[in-house]
Amino acid sequence: MWTWFYRLASPPYVYRTAAAFAPWFLLIAGIAIAYGVIDGLVFAPPDYQQGNAFRIIYVHAPAGWLSMFGYTLMAVAGAIGLIWRIKMAHAVSAAVAPIGASFTVLGLVTGSLWGRPMWGTYWAWDPRLTSELILLFLYFGVMSLRAAFEDPARGDRAAALLAIVGVVNVPIIHFSVQWWNSLHQGATVMKFEKSSMPGSMLWPLLAMFLGFMLFFGAMLCMRLRGEVLNRERQSSWVREMLRA
Amino acid sequence: MTVDGFFAMGGYARYVWPCYALAISVLLWNLWSARRYHAQALKRAQRALAMAGSERS
Repeated sequence: MWTWFYRLASPPYVYRTAAAFAPWFLLIAGIAIAYGVIDGLVFAPPDYQQGNAFRIIYVHAPAGWLSMFGYTLMAVAGAIGLIWRIKMAHAVSAAVAPIGASFTVLGLVTGSLWGRPMWGTYWAWDPRLTSELILLFLYFGVMSLRAAFEDPARGDRAAALLAIVGVVNVPIIHFSVQWWNSLHQGATVMKFEKSSMPGSMLWPLLAMFLGFMLFFGAMLCMRLRGEVLNRERQSSWVREMLRA
Repeated sequence: MTVDGFFAMGGYARYVWPCYALAISVLLWNLWSARRYHAQALKRAQRALAMAGSERS
């Protein structure tokens, strides 16, 4: 168990493992997303209230989920880096940020495009929408804070601290639809009772969740490799690898 | 269901299709940007190695 843990913290191991995983994640993600899009757009029946506009959920919900998952991962990796001084944890934290931010933008814009025909407005200062927008600003804040330091180690620590403080926003986003009188509908899939969606609509959604998660994993592997190289440029294993 | 009917999305075409177009753009941007990030890091590491080599000789 501990040898595995130590290996995880070893940059050359991380660099090679990420390279091995990325193409498989990408392949399965491609299959799952292709199935999800075709089944979701063509075969799932229109919603009895929302008509075909409900089909936006197939990209909106996985994007929103990844925006929160990515932020939590960024904060947890940052905390591990701060507490145990593991450089690779900071590398993970840095690699996640732009990916998570991109899915936050996707979640916000698709939500807005759905809100126009369904709520009659592109935007409302609603608890769910506002807390998700704050999440986007937190991503930007963490990214620019890391970039603001000459010394990468200090940038890592500052970014990790901000990421950890900001993580309180994640449960606020998730529970905002229960705590306040939000326009946004409550949880459909991510809850403990039975899902309130019929199978013909649910299967493509689950496929999209799986596909988006694996795509996120593939992007994390690819970015992490760049992050590791940038941090380990002067080390002997990188030089040996480049000479070979 | 006709092809025209499919693209019309029951009148919601102007909301549904931009969502899917943006989703594809975000996925492609991620792919492009992650590849570029790694390629640039590789280039910088090679430059660092070349400089270290020239200092020694």
